[in-house]
Amino acid sequence: MSEIDILSLSFILSVLRVSTPLIFAAQAGLLSEKSGVVQIALEGFMLVGAFSAAVFAHYTKSSHLGFLMAFGCGAVFSLLFSLLVVRFKTDAIVAGTGFNFLMAGLIPFLTKFLFNSTGSTPSIPVEQRLSFEVTVFAILVVFAIYAMMTKTRWGYWIQFAGEYPDGLTACGVSVNKVRWVSILLCGGIAALGGASLSLFLSSAYSPLMTGGRGFIALSALILGKWKPVPTLIGCLVFGTFEALQIRLQGVPINGVVIPVQWIQILPYVLTIILLAGFFGRSQAPAYLGKR
Amino acid sequence: MLIKNILILFLVACVGQSAEKLKIGLVLDKGGKEDKSFNSAAYQGATLAEKELGIELKYVEATDVNSIENLHRQFAKKKFDLIIGIGFAQQEAVKKVAAQNPDVKFAIVDGEVSAANVRSLLFEEHQGSFLAGYLAAMKSKTKKVGYIGGMDIPMIRRFATGYSAGVKHFDKSFTIVENYIGITADSWNNPAKAKELALNQYQQGVDVIFVAAGASGSGVFDAAEEKKHLAIGVDSNQNWMKPGFILTSMLKRVDTAVYTTIKDLQNGQFTSGVVRYGLKDKGVDLAMDKHNEKLVSADDIKKLEKIKTDIIAQKITVPDFYLQKKK
Repeated sequence: MSEIDILSLSFILSVLRVSTPLIFAAQAGLLSEKSGVVQIALEGFMLVGAFSAAVFAHYTKSSHLGFLMAFGCGAVFSLLFSLLVVRFKTDAIVAGTGFNFLMAGLIPFLTKFLFNSTGSTPSIPVEQRLSFEVTVFAILVVFAIYAMMTKTRWGYWIQFAGEYPDGLTACGVSVNKVRWVSILLCGGIAALGGASLSLFLSSAYSPLMTGGRGFIALSALILGKWKPVPTLIGCLVFGTFEALQIRLQGVPINGVVIPVQWIQILPYVLTIILLAGFFGRSQAPAYLGKR
Repeated sequence: MLIKNILILFLVACVGQSAEKLKIGLVLDKGGKEDKSFNSAAYQGATLAEKELGIELKYVEATDVNSIENLHRQFAKKKFDLIIGIGFAQQEAVKKVAAQNPDVKFAIVDGEVSAANVRSLLFEEHQGSFLAGYLAAMKSKTKKVGYIGGMDIPMIRRFATGYSAGVKHFDKSFTIVENYIGITADSWNNPAKAKELALNQYQQGVDVIFVAAGASGSGVFDAAEEKKHLAIGVDSNQNWMKPGFILTSMLKRVDTAVYTTIKDLQNGQFTSGVVRYGLKDKGVDLAMDKHNEKLVSADDIKKLEKIKTDIIAQKITVPDFYLQKKK
């Protein structure tokens, strides 16, 4: 069957497209979790990013500016999350869940105000839409984070904040300061993942368009054992499954058509298998989620 | 005594208010008012009624399936005169709330509820889809056309069977590629996935895609624009969204259905039971306007009209997925 030509260029491009939001979000999650803060608000940050990117791209007529503004907005909203979790020591799971719901509700409120719609933005013309430069940028971000984690003092601080915060305090470095910064970067980068959804994979913001990608990114992070490059590979695995599922729909293999539903559950089955620890012991930061 | 008087005054005020204007509650589906498709059509019908018939309109959007019943109950509690549920997902909620509020009138689009106070508004989607398929086949150069459905439910399958029958009626040698976005209500709001499916179909050599997926449809139009191919919209007239790339839209006149129901209520002609909208009464149709006049010639329209009269006269039987299933 020529239709399921897995190694074709178009299939690889398809994998890269669907992986792009995941790559950003997973790396964002990595920054936060490495510093010891459980991050389930990725979905919320992505929504912020997707929305602000579409809004700024619409008003400034420049998608690049929209993309940049998404980082800014994500970072600004992360301050709220940090305030709750780092400053007031709220449980990160509770705060994260609340944050996701807050964003899901805040955006329709803003669109009503800006465009008199209930949660979508006007679409961006085809010549302004972003393309694979976003994917290239996403991969650059991965290597930048890798370099930061292994080569810079800040990288070590972030890792210490997640592994042994008392040690960091003993050295005279504020654990809270490190966490504020990593969550700030996390918010910004996750928002870029959202921006790639609204400016690259489609052409406008539509309500709840992330569709659980924030949680899939979290699974990719677990699959990648909280390491930047393996996490990137984890994202590509999920992207491949998604692209494969798109490609296999309704295509007979040896004369048998696999029901669409079966193919569509594949990524989720994979997640469960991964979470159940079939791929070796998970290596979460020692101090993750403890206060 | 004073309290009693105030109470009476209050009651009079309430009665006076409700006698003035009919209160209509509209419960939209997850796709939302801005889906430029199914829900937009319903909202347009209701706002037209608000403008022309002077009713009082309140609309809400169901953010998830579990909230639907509550939204209906809220409207019923506030003694709205008519509550209209949009979408198949609301059937159970309407059934339940209508039974508990026999004095409130209900209407449901795309669902069937048999109760004395419920009108069910159904559409013959397969007939319109047949026409869309026939036109798609006329315009395809590669003899390969595509279909992208939103959530994989019987109604969306019904579009697909009608569409394929239309394509095959034009030429039996055509191939039809059929894809669905997902199996959850998220499918109505996932343009990124819809675009990916469309790019994949175009890459396989498909050159016309019919999309029935609510707000996700915009992803398919984006793909059509990028790859310079054609797409067919659904429910509302979507020709304006990407002029030159949208061949036509399979109209499902939810707006007419909603408007007529409100009007009937106002004229005291509200009846329960099933009202079907088909090709005959233009309840389903293909949209022709200035945005697609360059794509569809007068000659093509003539051919389509011929098919249309044949379907109405039952010379052509369009397969109906609902009936196929029962076999």
